[in-house]
Amino acid sequence: MDGSAILARLHVRLGAQVLETHEHHGDHTAVVAREGIVDALTFCRDDADLRFDMLMDLTAVDYLKFPGREDGPRFDVVYHLYSVAHNHRVRLKVRVEQDAPFVPTATGLWPIANWFEREVWDMFGIRFEGHPDLRRLLMYEEFVGHPLRKDYPIERRQPLIGPNV
Amino acid sequence: MPERTARELFLGEGPGAGSGSQNLYVNLGPAHPAMHGIIRIFAELDGEVVVKTDVEIGYLHRAFEKDCEAGPYNNAIPYTDRLNYVSPLINNFAYASAVEKLLGIEITERCKYIRVVMSEISRVCDHLTCVGATAMELGAFTVFLYMIKAREFLWELVEDVTGARLTISYGRVGGVKADLPDGFGIKLRKAFAEVRQVLTEVHTLITGNRIFMDRMVGVGALSAEESIAWGITGPMLRAAGVPFDLRRVQPYWAYDRVEFEVPLGKNGDNFDRYLVRMAEMEQAIRMVEQALERMPGGAINVDFEGREIPVDAYVDRGKQGKTEGLLLLPITLSPNLQGQGRAAQERVNVADKTVVMPPKETTYGSIEGLMNHFMLVMDGYGIRPPAGEAYFAAEGANGELGFYVVSDGSDRPYRVRCRPPCLPPVAALPRMIEGQMIADIIPTFGSVNMIGGELDR
Repeated sequence: MDGSAILARLHVRLGAQVLETHEHHGDHTAVVAREGIVDALTFCRDDADLRFDMLMDLTAVDYLKFPGREDGPRFDVVYHLYSVAHNHRVRLKVRVEQDAPFVPTATGLWPIANWFEREVWDMFGIRFEGHPDLRRLLMYEEFVGHPLRKDYPIERRQPLIGPNV
Repeated sequence: MPERTARELFLGEGPGAGSGSQNLYVNLGPAHPAMHGIIRIFAELDGEVVVKTDVEIGYLHRAFEKDCEAGPYNNAIPYTDRLNYVSPLINNFAYASAVEKLLGIEITERCKYIRVVMSEISRVCDHLTCVGATAMELGAFTVFLYMIKAREFLWELVEDVTGARLTISYGRVGGVKADLPDGFGIKLRKAFAEVRQVLTEVHTLITGNRIFMDRMVGVGALSAEESIAWGITGPMLRAAGVPFDLRRVQPYWAYDRVEFEVPLGKNGDNFDRYLVRMAEMEQAIRMVEQALERMPGGAINVDFEGREIPVDAYVDRGKQGKTEGLLLLPITLSPNLQGQGRAAQERVNVADKTVVMPPKETTYGSIEGLMNHFMLVMDGYGIRPPAGEAYFAAEGANGELGFYVVSDGSDRPYRVRCRPPCLPPVAALPRMIEGQMIADIIPTFGSVNMIGGELDR
C-alpha cells in the first residue's frame, strides 16, 4: 500500500482521532490524539491491509525551542511502524503537553515497546501509563533530570555516585 | 544484590528456607571476561537453569543524540563512527543519507557505488568479529585468531581509503570525503582471497564440529513471529526464516544494481544465526566485486596527468594573488588525508554549493571558492535543510539502522535519533535465555552481537 492510501485508511477508521496527516520527503505521518493512540496502533497492527507487525522505533522530540511551536504542545512521541508482510511504513505521532507528560503504553501490543518506552521516559520524562516496569534504561537511577529535554544544558555535570565516592 | 536476597542466600531466610534449596543470584558483567561489551545480566538460577534475568544497559552512554544537536550537520559524522565501531562506515553513510533525504538531494552514481562497496566491506568485518568472538567464547580460540587476521586485511583496505582503521569519518552529507585511492581494486582482490580462505578454514573447523554444534543448535531460539514482535531485524530475523533485508525490499544507493542472495535460516537458533552470517559474508564479497566492476569512472582515482603542480606552490600563488589561470590547474593531494582535488571531488560529491565543500583548487585559487568554504564552516551558516523531518533506514550489519533527523531550518539538527539495530535483540535476551542453562547465555549473547556503542549511544 502506498503512504497516502495508508493515511486515508487511518482517516476512515479512526475519524476525528486523527488530528493531522502530512507527507515529508516520502515519509507519511499521522498525528493521533493521545486517547486514540492505542486504538490506532492496534488497528495498524491487526488490520489485514495494513499489518504493521513491527514497531521499528519509538522515540520523542522536545519542541520547546522549535520556531513556531514554542506555545504548542511541548513533546511529540513518535512511532515508526513497518510491515514485514506488506513492506510499507508509516509514522504515528502523539502530541504531549508539558503539564501532563504521559501516553498510554504500547507494551501490550509489542514486547519491544517496553525498552523503547523506558528509554523515552529516561531521556524525556514522558510517562507511559500502564507500563509494567518504567525504570530508566540508559542513565542510572540517581540521575536527576531528563537529558534529551531541550532545557537540560549539555554541559551539566552530576556528582559521581558509588560506594567509594 | 538486594538486602533480602543476601539474607536468603547467606542466612537461609525467605521463601525457600528450610526446603534445603534456594535460587541463586548471579551477576554476569558489567565487566566479565565472557562478555565482549559492557552489560550486566542479573540472573536468578535454579541449579544450572536460568529462571529469570534482568538485563541492564547504559554503561557506554555518552549522549550521542544530545551531542548531535549541539553542532552543525557534518559534526555528527565522527560521533556516528563510534556507534557501531566494528562497521562505522555504514553508520556514516546512513546518517548522511538521512540528511540528504531531508535536503532532497541525490548523490552521484559513483558515490552510491562507493557507499555500497565500503558498507559491504564493513559488513564482512562486523560478521567476522561476531562469529570469531562467539567461537572464542565457546573455546575455539583459533577461529577468533583466523577471523581477526582476515579482518585485519580488510581494515588495511579501509585505512587506505579513509585514513583510519576505526574512527574513519569518511561519509559526508552529499558524498564521501574522498574518492577511492590508486590500486584499490588490486588490493581488494588480494584481501578477499585471504578472507575467502579464512571462511573456508572456519567452516572446516567449526561447522559440524561436535562441541560447537552442541552449544549452538537449538539454543537461544526465537520464532519468526516472536522475532518480529520484538522488533528484531537483520541476520537474527533472517535466521528465523523471514526474508527481510532492506537492501532487497527497499533498495537504496546502488543495491538494486548488484546481484545477491538473501541467506535464510530455519530455526532461528544460534547455529542458524551463525550460518546466516557466514553466508552473508560471501554475499557481501560478491556485491563488492560486482559494484567495483560496474562503478562509473572505474576504480582508479587519477585521470589528469602532467599538468598538476605541488600543493604548496599552488597555495603560495593563491596567497600572492596570482590567481590567473590557477583555477584550471589541478593539484596533487593525497585523497585520504588532505581532502580532494577537483577531478575526484566532482565525481563523488553532489554539485550543490550549499552542501558540499568546494574542491581545494577553488578554495585556494579564487575568492568565491574561499567564501563558499567559509559559508559552510562558519557558525550559524553551513548546511541548512528546510524545516521538516526524515527517517532513513539502512541495512546495518546487525539489522535496520535508522536515522530520524528533525530540522528546524537552522544549521544544526534539531533532533537526531538513531534506531540502534542491536537494542531489540538485547531487549529480547531474557526471552531467549530464560529456561535454558547458564552456559547457554554465552553463545546466545555472542550471536546477539551486542555493540555497546550503538546500544547505549
